[in-house]
Amino acid sequence: MNKRLFALLSVLVLASMMLAACGAPAPAATEAPAAPAATEAPVVATEAPVAAFQCTDAIGCVDIAPGEPVHIAYWGVLSGPDSSLGEDSKRGVEIAIDDMGGKFQGHDILLTTEDAGCTPEGGATAATKLATDTSIVGLIGSSCSDETVGGIATLTNAGLTTISPSNTRPVLTSPDRGPDYAGYLRTAHSDAFQGKAVAEFAYNFLKVTKAATLHDGSTYAQALQQVFADEFVKLGGTIVAQEAVAKDATDMKPVLTTIAAAKPEFLYYPVFVAVGGYVTAQIRDVAGLENVKIAGSDGIFTADLLKGGGENTKGMYLSSPDFSAFTGDYAGFIAKHTAKYGGTTLSTFHAHAYDAANILFAALGKVAVADADGTLHVGRQALRDAIYATKDFKGITGTLSCSPSGDCGAPVIAVYEIMNSDPASWNPSDATNPNPKKIFP
Amino acid sequence: MRTSFGERLLDLAVNGFLWGFRILIVVIVVLGTFLTIRAGKYTSEQWIDFVVFGISQGSIYALIALGYTMVYGILRMINFAHGEIFMSGAFGGYFIATWLTGIGFMDKYPVFGLIISMMFGMLVSTLIALLVERIAYRPLRGAPRLVPLISAIGASFFLQYTFRGFFGPGVYAYPSMKALDGEWIFFGIGILKVQIVVTIAAVVMMSILYSIVMFTKIGKAMRAVSENKDVAALMGIDVNRIIVTTFALGAAMAGAAGVLYALTYRQVNFFTGFTPGIKAFTAAVLGGIGNIPGAMVGGLVLGIVESVGPALFLDSIGIPRPYQLKDAIAYIMLVMILLFRPSGILGERVSKKA
Repeated sequence: MNKRLFALLSVLVLASMMLAACGAPAPAATEAPAAPAATEAPVVATEAPVAAFQCTDAIGCVDIAPGEPVHIAYWGVLSGPDSSLGEDSKRGVEIAIDDMGGKFQGHDILLTTEDAGCTPEGGATAATKLATDTSIVGLIGSSCSDETVGGIATLTNAGLTTISPSNTRPVLTSPDRGPDYAGYLRTAHSDAFQGKAVAEFAYNFLKVTKAATLHDGSTYAQALQQVFADEFVKLGGTIVAQEAVAKDATDMKPVLTTIAAAKPEFLYYPVFVAVGGYVTAQIRDVAGLENVKIAGSDGIFTADLLKGGGENTKGMYLSSPDFSAFTGDYAGFIAKHTAKYGGTTLSTFHAHAYDAANILFAALGKVAVADADGTLHVGRQALRDAIYATKDFKGITGTLSCSPSGDCGAPVIAVYEIMNSDPASWNPSDATNPNPKKIFP
Repeated sequence: MRTSFGERLLDLAVNGFLWGFRILIVVIVVLGTFLTIRAGKYTSEQWIDFVVFGISQGSIYALIALGYTMVYGILRMINFAHGEIFMSGAFGGYFIATWLTGIGFMDKYPVFGLIISMMFGMLVSTLIALLVERIAYRPLRGAPRLVPLISAIGASFFLQYTFRGFFGPGVYAYPSMKALDGEWIFFGIGILKVQIVVTIAAVVMMSILYSIVMFTKIGKAMRAVSENKDVAALMGIDVNRIIVTTFALGAAMAGAAGVLYALTYRQVNFFTGFTPGIKAFTAAVLGGIGNIPGAMVGGLVLGIVESVGPALFLDSIGIPRPYQLKDAIAYIMLVMILLFRPSGILGERVSKKA
């Protein structure tokens, strides 16, 4: 009996693990090479003394023997309702690697991924796993500000440096952010800009004076709606309600009824896809909110919002980086994207991820030292310093310079309007018939 | 029996804490209700809306809770995979509803379309529940009670990741039914059509189930097995068949609930079953686990408290963002009910049966 029981349980466990692994085909494919990468660590350790190179770096060096790949890791949200956000950025990194020909100074570039699930706990778990892999040179990520809040201390203390393409919470790059953030930079804009742009859009362009906000408890949404509220009040408007729900809530009608009682003209919910979809789908069902103008932000700038939100998404406003203000060759990037993946971009931060990866490679190019036998040495502190020293870097999103507190982005925000609620019509970079379409500024 | 002074002191402290907790919660509820009603922020239509939202959510909880409570009544085990059975019903309904919408059937015959979708969702749920019962529970029938519980958790993960494997991690948007858009007006109060349909469908399903259990031969057999398996077997009842029937009935309810839930919220993904599953389990315990009317009452009470609670209790006593505490309200209510009435709202006193 006991034997059979054990056999049954192990079959169940094994089967569910297998299924879990094939669940996400895309990340699994890139994760597969992670196994050899992990075993390479001891090899590197024995290789180091042979080489003539002496590591004088304050927080250690990564040594890449001939034939070994240069290991870059991407961490972000690759499962759940927000997976488009992470997948979109991951594609930006992959295109950047393709542009390098898949090689860095003769070594293959290996990209592995770690799912952080868009939560602080997921970020902490992913960071802990990444921190134990001594072959990793640099990181791109995370997707959600929550993930960074959960994981950055672990990464910084392991000597790693990460560049996030899509974290926008203002405090992550504030000058007083603390030493745990020494290994953190971003190419995304800070929401100090985004919240202000949306407030100006609402007050000056839509001419509304009474606004309400709703957030999902994530650090991103909480901070962004507060920036919006402060800026909106500064412009002369009134905030009539600021509500919040849990990230796994599905029934939004009660909270929307409470908001309706405050009689707003404009509701701003800069949340993630799950809550964004439910709110949009249910908002017109609530008495008093039938005609309220609705807006979200870059967290839900994805066709997935149209899937969850349905017909009500038509006419909704979304703020996002202004694609038309990108000074680099964005059209060229889109062409590569279409050739590689087909279809349209999934979310808004692919170009930021491409720039982040290229900043990492440029910094790597400055600090990597090649030995006579072809071993590559990278000082971790030197790499970090080189990334911070990035100045006038010609990226797609603009000419980028990193501030001492890790802000590398060129923040130009636009507000887009969703023209069609059919997810298949989503194509913000379409020349003639874009959906969503830029309407402000 | 004599107890030491220290033990008595500890007892006193624990009791004191529990009473303090009860009093605190009651004070918050009464004060919050009083202040909210005096503040007059909401119109009476809005209060009715809150209750209606609660009833439609609660009737879905009730349908799911039935499965927990029936299985517990018969096997004394918690079927933690029940949330996933619910999710599989929602998926089944999704595929048939999308297909029906695609061929235009749904717009022409919305009532039949809805019934077919629900039937199909129930069928999928039932099949999966029977498989789970056969593979994960029946071989463990004689094992200690913890063993099937762990197996149930394993089955739950297995089903989640199976669906994730087949259908990916993203969300599927349920087709919107034109016939369910808009409101019906009752006595000057508009109520969403979809909520009325969901509530009526749930009530019908529950009445069918209740009649089966109370007035048919197989229902009698189920009640007999739930009272005492061994004696029931001696009376010539095929216990295994009754257990399978119970699983099938519970799963059918969950499948119907899955389709209704997806109709209300218009999306489904592999993780859909988790939160409603936990909530429905709460509802089953709330109503008195093992008791069928209890599950219905528990579901409705939970739905209504979740919907009304944040606005009624917390809004006016200065608690910011009360809707983030929706789950806290639900679970505190569970604790309160269990403190005052350990067997749940309708639960009979636990008998001293072995």
